[in-house]
Amino acid sequence: MSYFIDRRPNGRNKSAVNRQRFLRRYRDHIRKSVDQAVRKRSITDMERGEEVSIPTRDIHEPTFHHSQSGRREGVLPGNKAFHQGDRIARPQGGGSGSGGQGQASPDGEGMDEFVFSLTRDEFMEFLFEGLELPNLVKNDLGSAEETRPIHGGIVREGTPSRLHVVRSMRSAYARRLAMGASVRRELKACEAERDALLAQPAGLQDTQQLAALESTIEQLRQRLKKVPFLDTEDLRYRHLKHEPVPSTKAVMVCIMDVSGSMTEQHKDIAKRFFLLLYLFLERNYDKVDLVFIRHHTSAREVDEEEFFYSRETGGTIVSSALKMASNIIEARYPPAQWNIYLAQASDGDNWDDDSDVCVQWLTQKLLPKSRYYAYVEITPHAHQALWEAYETVQSRFPERFAMRQIVEAGDIFPVFRDLFKKTTA
Amino acid sequence: MTQRQPISTGSEWNFELLQAYDQAIGRLAAEYRLDTYPNQIEVISSEQMMDAYAAIGMPVGYHHWSFGKHFMSVEQAYRRGQMGLAYELVINSNPCIAYLMEENTITMQALVIAHACYGHNSFFKNNYLFKTWTDAEGIIDYLVFARQYITECEERHGVDEVERLLDACHALQSHGVDRYKRPRPLSAHEERERQQEREALLQQQVNDLWRTVPTSLEANADQAMARFPLEPQENLLYFVEKHAPLLEPWQREVVRIVRKIAQYFYPQRQTQVMNEGWATFWHYTLMNRLYDEGLVTDGFIMEFLQSHTSVVHQLPYDHPGYNGINPYALGFAMFTDLKRICEDPTEEDRLWFPDIAGSDWLDTLHFAMQNFKDDSFIQQFLSPHLMREFHLFSMLDDDQQSELEVTAIHDDQGYHYIRNALAQQYSLSLKEPDIQIWDTDLRGGRSLTLRHQRQSRRGLDREATEVLRHLHALWGFPIVLETWEGDHCIAKMKWPDVSDAA
Repeated sequence: MSYFIDRRPNGRNKSAVNRQRFLRRYRDHIRKSVDQAVRKRSITDMERGEEVSIPTRDIHEPTFHHSQSGRREGVLPGNKAFHQGDRIARPQGGGSGSGGQGQASPDGEGMDEFVFSLTRDEFMEFLFEGLELPNLVKNDLGSAEETRPIHGGIVREGTPSRLHVVRSMRSAYARRLAMGASVRRELKACEAERDALLAQPAGLQDTQQLAALESTIEQLRQRLKKVPFLDTEDLRYRHLKHEPVPSTKAVMVCIMDVSGSMTEQHKDIAKRFFLLLYLFLERNYDKVDLVFIRHHTSAREVDEEEFFYSRETGGTIVSSALKMASNIIEARYPPAQWNIYLAQASDGDNWDDDSDVCVQWLTQKLLPKSRYYAYVEITPHAHQALWEAYETVQSRFPERFAMRQIVEAGDIFPVFRDLFKKTTA
Repeated sequence: MTQRQPISTGSEWNFELLQAYDQAIGRLAAEYRLDTYPNQIEVISSEQMMDAYAAIGMPVGYHHWSFGKHFMSVEQAYRRGQMGLAYELVINSNPCIAYLMEENTITMQALVIAHACYGHNSFFKNNYLFKTWTDAEGIIDYLVFARQYITECEERHGVDEVERLLDACHALQSHGVDRYKRPRPLSAHEERERQQEREALLQQQVNDLWRTVPTSLEANADQAMARFPLEPQENLLYFVEKHAPLLEPWQREVVRIVRKIAQYFYPQRQTQVMNEGWATFWHYTLMNRLYDEGLVTDGFIMEFLQSHTSVVHQLPYDHPGYNGINPYALGFAMFTDLKRICEDPTEEDRLWFPDIAGSDWLDTLHFAMQNFKDDSFIQQFLSPHLMREFHLFSMLDDDQQSELEVTAIHDDQGYHYIRNALAQQYSLSLKEPDIQIWDTDLRGGRSLTLRHQRQSRRGLDREATEVLRHLHALWGFPIVLETWEGDHCIAKMKWPDVSDAA
């Protein structure tokens, strides 16, 4: 006796819990892989998960086994030329194993890394574990002036493209019924009267009355015919209401110093910082625009490739970049529709009296419009004028302005975490 | 030639067809006296098959990261095309649950039905090991109970705590089985009822054992002489469950669950060759009968044969893809050979198998299936004919010699030798190190002494210290592992404080 059961609809993620347990147990390994992956990838290339490999010895489950030592005998198939008593040089790897198990080699030989893929979501989860956008952003989201059309019922006025045919026809039918009702009633009465007359014997018919009745009937019929099939007032339109919604667009303005003092290493660190910020914003907003501004003594807007990889030298005037950022924002990104984030990376060098100008630009133009301004200074040396100037900015805008120092690549992630760590809790 | 009236002609399957094939196969199986549990045949997708894989064939498993690891490696290998999934998976339960993968063709489904639902199923029901050691009625209920219990423990004591405990238990799993004693059959109902009672009782026993209130001096003097346990205990997990001084009652229950499940799988590990051989022999026989009766098309039987041949293919030892002796190949060949010996014995067979040569083949096969496990089966039934066919030879690898030695080949002098060697190769008690609980320091440091009886200078590999660490976590006091060869203690390993005293 056999029963057949179709289990296919049962869902397939029976192992999901076990998978989570595994990820949980090997958090540290996985986080390390994720950190490494961040270093290698381009800013916008995050639409995929990541392969993570963990040394097999770390995830091995130990049991009591025999070692390779001692006297071991094994039976093998496929003898071709051996005779009893033959002696053969020991092959590499320890001779005749009796590893007849069908399982993935438990001896761990030949496989020293356990490789598996993280899905994109899991990857992000690890990357941004415990982070969140600064509080003020969430509060402000509601006040953004972006609107979104939503369905708002049926109205009598609108454009032909939004005509609701069924509803229009329905009201036309109702109107036709209503307008013709009295006429139809009269018509019915007249017809009944006429029929009664016609039913009388031919000699007794009142021909005059009959003719009058016939003409009335004809008139009534004409009136019924004149009731229009479809009238303007029947038309119904689907209505769109414009409801304000929190803006889901963000622009991230990356500002980087490319003067002679910024080495490749500095730039690499900056790139990774920008990358993290981009990913983080992307998780919170539908659309993220990127603006790249590089500067030495003068600023220029460039594309990603050029931003990170072309070389330039010269002195440093930071305010030129700030001015440019402000112009771009004014021209293309009205703060009512865009959440504006700025990130600046520099080695702290600046023209002597420029720092005060920077403070002016920041406090008067940029900070009032933006959500968050993060400044990272990549230098192992002592701070210079720019840092001190920025400190005054921070004291005036402690919620929107953040600054940290990065000395080496290893600091990036901690600094990033520090900037965006959950403030609630 | 008989008129062919095939059950189906295409390669697509549907439930009506599956039923039709199952009926036809079932009818033929009954002719061969295959006695089975009722079948519960479940159609699943490949993802679900991977899930089933990951739970090492338990239809209901408790949660543990190692199953996640297993799942991920299977998934990775499958996605990259490094491995195909098995066509079937079958569970020793009543009713016997078999999984069919939805992407198989009807030929493969029929093959799987014959293989799993009649081959494996009858083996589970009739082989003496399964009959004595497992309880097909209770296993699903018990697994459900186990999962619930462990989930409850996680809620009450935290996932980490339970995970550590399970890690430790898994490390000792292969030494957590009774090899010779028959365990009480599992019954979920009883388990649940008695569990409370057992908890209290167990704790009380343990407390008795570790009582620190001084007893009379005489009693003490007696105790000083006696070891505890009096007889060495081979089931490490059992000993831990019953006597570990510091475990909480729930921890003992978890140890018990792991131990019970290990015990349930123990017969399967001992009958790989036989079980697969038996199932393969019957799918081969049943499929051919279907063809002979005209119930399947030529295309069907060709597809079947192609798949069957690759399943029973044995690569020679020097082939790059060689991965040990293929249990399907060896098992299938042995059962087929047994049938040949019964039906058409040669002089040699009459000499080697006087009591079965010429006997009724079906009786003999059933007898062989019911009363043996891999090592004894090979010892009893491996014929010289087969040894020649497989070109078997035995090779000695002695680390005190610079070269390997061929100790026997498939010739008159070698048959007995090879048969012995191959049987030993399948004997779990030789394959796994012989480690038993020897003594407990009841009155002093409460340390636990294990004794590893070494054979042919085969030591333990480095993982042993890791296992000791896990055992230490369960026991709570120092662990000593002595290695003995013959009557001499050769090495001592201690945890904590690992120092080799040779």
